[in-house]
Amino acid sequence: MRRTSLTALALAAAAALALTGCASNDTAPAATPTETATVSTLSGSPTISAAASLKAAFDELATEFEDANPDVDIQPISYDGSSTLATQIIEGAPVDVFASADEKNMQKVVDAGLATEPQLFATNVLTLVVPKGNPGGITGLADLANADLNIVLCAAEVPCGAASATLLQNAGVTASVDSYEQNVTAVLTKVASGEADAGLVYVTDAKTTTDVETVDTEGADEVVNKYPIVTLTGATNPEAAEAFVAFVLSDHGQKVLSGLGFGAP
Amino acid sequence: MSERRGFVPQVLVVPAVLGLALLVVPLSALIARVDWSTLWADITSPTALSALGLSLMTAAIATAGCVVLGVPLALFIARASGRVAAVLRAVVTVPLVLPPMVGGVALLFLLGRNGWLGKLLGQVGIQVPFTTSAVVISQVFVALPFLVLALEGSLRATGVGYEQAAAALGAGRWRILWRVTLPLAAPGLLAGVVLCFARAVGEFGATALFAGNAPGITQTMPLAIYTAFNGAGVSQGTAVALSLLLLITAVAVLLLVRAWRPTPAGVR
Repeated sequence: MRRTSLTALALAAAAALALTGCASNDTAPAATPTETATVSTLSGSPTISAAASLKAAFDELATEFEDANPDVDIQPISYDGSSTLATQIIEGAPVDVFASADEKNMQKVVDAGLATEPQLFATNVLTLVVPKGNPGGITGLADLANADLNIVLCAAEVPCGAASATLLQNAGVTASVDSYEQNVTAVLTKVASGEADAGLVYVTDAKTTTDVETVDTEGADEVVNKYPIVTLTGATNPEAAEAFVAFVLSDHGQKVLSGLGFGAP
Repeated sequence: MSERRGFVPQVLVVPAVLGLALLVVPLSALIARVDWSTLWADITSPTALSALGLSLMTAAIATAGCVVLGVPLALFIARASGRVAAVLRAVVTVPLVLPPMVGGVALLFLLGRNGWLGKLLGQVGIQVPFTTSAVVISQVFVALPFLVLALEGSLRATGVGYEQAAAALGAGRWRILWRVTLPLAAPGLLAGVVLCFARAVGEFGATALFAGNAPGITQTMPLAIYTAFNGAGVSQGTAVALSLLLLITAVAVLLLVRAWRPTPAGVR
């Protein structure tokens, strides 16, 4: 009795498996002509890793890119400190496009043989930010040396951290830092929530929230972070990846970036 | 005598070996990546030593705090009626199932500048986030359940029989606690303390969000390893060396504690 019911179960399972193979195939969506003159034949699901400061810009560019290329489905973009992303890529994360907030972290990826000839697509400078209302009474970089205030900076190996260190060194200020964060968004969050009295973030980050105010930062224009972007050599969606890179470098892409506060490359 | 081997089905040795391998093989991969030429320099660098010292100190204080707070809590849960005990046990388990980062956010919302307790403390001039105390508080938050649950289970298992006998013989409450209850629960208490310490040393999420990351003040070993690992290249050797250091420290602590374990009478 038990043997027959087991056999019946096995046959049913086999039948179910066979039927799923014959299930209606998802027909590939035909490239229907849209309002645009050219029909995009690009397809794929490229993965992009981008510096945390690029979130607003790349979210917008990704949406526009997907609208112009209906068969392309960009995977949710990984935003994090460029050094974290570089480490992930070097350790084998399957990424198609990498956009870093400085050339040093891009160089790590190039040195590991995973990319060639990155191109610069934007620049960014730092600014001092304080919570709305400036509770700490910050007037400039010199106030960062005040041990009574809560100062938050990016960690040294993160691009904004390296830039912050250079900026402070140029200004001759030894900051009394209470926490080193792994990416610039974490710094912005701590300042915006009022937990920190001041922090150094990019001018583009300061624009993303109304919970912070910027303070005039002397010497900030001299410390410029250059943002490179590259398609990785091991990319699984090289055409879509190259097209996205080209889109970022195009006039339209550059207009979006400068509209958000980035400088020209 | 082969009585100790028992009657375990032979085939279970396969999943048992796989389980052991899952725990051991990744650690061996970590050890394989160590850069032996720079290992000593990495381990004795100021960053590494300060992070290790901070981790051990905060975890020790946190464990002491867990004992002071956890033992009474475990006692009350163990001696409470079924329903009350079940509710209390569920509440105590919450920090265990909560992602540590959520714990960190919760602590920040309570003790941060805009939290109601943080505001009260701020008026007296006490700031908690970004201090070493914040590290200890985060560690107590995540490690306390381990001690409470381990001890409570042990207390409930031993029952009140011996305590009743002691009371009948005229012993007061404190004497019963020190001379009967706690000695009987010693194995559970020790297990709880070890788990608590291990969890406190390894705490990362809540500390990162609530206490911050400043070398010497709040940068514990896990934070130092994470910071070093994120800076790939030269710094990664430091990350591996620090991981190895933490691993050795953890093993040393466990062995030390085993050496102190009281052997129950009659069992070798």
